[in-house]
Amino acid sequence: MKKEALIPEIAVITDIRIDTPDVRTFRVVTPDGKKPFEHIPGQCAMLSIPGVGEALFSITSSPTNTEYMEFSIKKCGCVTNFLHAVEPGQYVTVRGPYGNGFPVDTAFRNKDMLFIAGGIGLAPLRSVINYCRHHRKDYGKIDIVYGSRSMQDLVDYKEIIDEWCHEDGIHVHLTIDREQPEWKGHVGFVPNFVKELQFDTNKTAVLCGPPIMIKFTLAGLQELGFKKYQIYTTLEMKMKCGIGKCGRCNLGDKFICKDGPVFRFDQLEELPDEY
Amino acid sequence: MKKIQLSLLPKLLSAIAAKKALYLPVDGKAGADYKRYEEGDTLSRACRTNRSAKDFFFPQVEDMAAFRVEGKKIEIIDTRKENEDFVIFGVRACDVRSFDILDRVFLADPVDTFYENRRQHATVVSLACDAPEETCFCRQFDILAEDPAGDVAAWIVGDEMYFKAKTEKGKKLLSSLDVLLADGDSAPVEKEKKHLEAIQHKLPISEFNKEHFKPEDLMEHFNDPAWAELSEACLGCGTCTFVCPTCQCFDIRDFKTNDGVLRYRCWDSCMYSDFTKMAAENPRHTQLERFRQRFMHKLVYYPANNDGIYGCVGCGRCLAKCPISMNIVKVVKKIGGKKA
Repeated sequence: MKKEALIPEIAVITDIRIDTPDVRTFRVVTPDGKKPFEHIPGQCAMLSIPGVGEALFSITSSPTNTEYMEFSIKKCGCVTNFLHAVEPGQYVTVRGPYGNGFPVDTAFRNKDMLFIAGGIGLAPLRSVINYCRHHRKDYGKIDIVYGSRSMQDLVDYKEIIDEWCHEDGIHVHLTIDREQPEWKGHVGFVPNFVKELQFDTNKTAVLCGPPIMIKFTLAGLQELGFKKYQIYTTLEMKMKCGIGKCGRCNLGDKFICKDGPVFRFDQLEELPDEY
Repeated sequence: MKKIQLSLLPKLLSAIAAKKALYLPVDGKAGADYKRYEEGDTLSRACRTNRSAKDFFFPQVEDMAAFRVEGKKIEIIDTRKENEDFVIFGVRACDVRSFDILDRVFLADPVDTFYENRRQHATVVSLACDAPEETCFCRQFDILAEDPAGDVAAWIVGDEMYFKAKTEKGKKLLSSLDVLLADGDSAPVEKEKKHLEAIQHKLPISEFNKEHFKPEDLMEHFNDPAWAELSEACLGCGTCTFVCPTCQCFDIRDFKTNDGVLRYRCWDSCMYSDFTKMAAENPRHTQLERFRQRFMHKLVYYPANNDGIYGCVGCGRCLAKCPISMNIVKVVKKIGGKKA
């Protein structure tokens, strides 16, 4: 019988990095040590632990990583609670990739990029950011605004400080919600920080974070003069199949798993706001 | 055109059942339902079965895969089996159309092989409706109850049953039954078709403005204030979605067995509050949003993605089964009818 899209493949978690008190990054390979499949930044994969459940996660690692796949996962439900309790060597199942991904080779080409993330919202953006870093000459200046509740809640902090902050043409702007004695950087919410930074409106912006952050950041960017077609985001909705059949992530005439999860805000304007 | 005396129909059914699994609607205490043919079963003349015929291709529950779990290790077992060839005999025009509607979902890339396999093994013998019910409105969706699609179409005229093959599969089935069938003239069938069409025009639900549901008016319909009133009494029981021949939402779940895990899929319903519930949020908070989703999907979202074909076949099951007597006809009249 031919391959069935809904039947997954086996994979192994080979490394678990503790990012924050509730976010861990899982390195996943096939049992023979290879990357499970190719993807484009912004695409997702279904991970499952048989008996616990299956859930869709954005692929955090960049496609330019040829050895493994990474998923930064926040502890918040059944599957994620289980994943946070496993050790390296744990088998999982994986299937994908799903979704459209970011237009890294078309609309983003040669553009000055502005990435804005809140909390675990950095997970899907890290894939694009690292893709742009790898193909540095294909993109203009890169600005990254990233905020979290506290210093301890910043995901990928080490990679940001050790790598992103030291590269030409990349400007990282970090912020946390409340003051902390050991924090020397900016304090305040992401939307206000974005307004304070007064970015050029020729940039292409990519937003990901909690709904409240998205809402106010979008308004802030528009105040600065950004148009909706310049701003992208990636949506999350409950999904079971990942291939536009189970009906769960239906939004207007689109399915988030198939036609999304990446949308421009001018596209979202045409769709019901049930996300 | 082929024909057989109705008195010889049991012989024909036995002949089909001798070669392939045969399913047909049979009258029971609570109305007609499909069942596997057994000697002595007679074809129901009811215009509608309680459950739709979607069960043949998209069963309520089906296994997808099994897993052996040992410590940290997992092994996947493909539990899929090749289906047997089967014939569904006596499917009404509305249910036959529902197969096309489901095909566009399950056979779209990437193909759902569970569905595809059943579809490939099936031969559909449809049956023209001679006594549509008051709750029937398939004609409003351009379905001809007097001339159903399918691999073979059948008509009952007087004490004879006529057959016409419409596909290669259908021709094969009819030729395999050649010894029992006589050649038939098409004139009685054509006459019967005209008669059946005339009956349909007399049905109470003969007019509503589905044409006002256009993809370009998506947001206008979505924001229609009438959804509040329409959905007010909805219990969220999901009966409409279960009896609906085109509702195809499903859930995928795991079941722990003695020696591993069984992954299965089962029907789900957009009418249920946990359908879109995530760990942190639920984008459809109240029954209004869920109710609206079901009808918007059938009347606007599905046609937008499928060449304007509506996701309703007018079978009338939701009209007959809804405990609060809400249904798609009321919705179409209220929301779509305003522009008329």
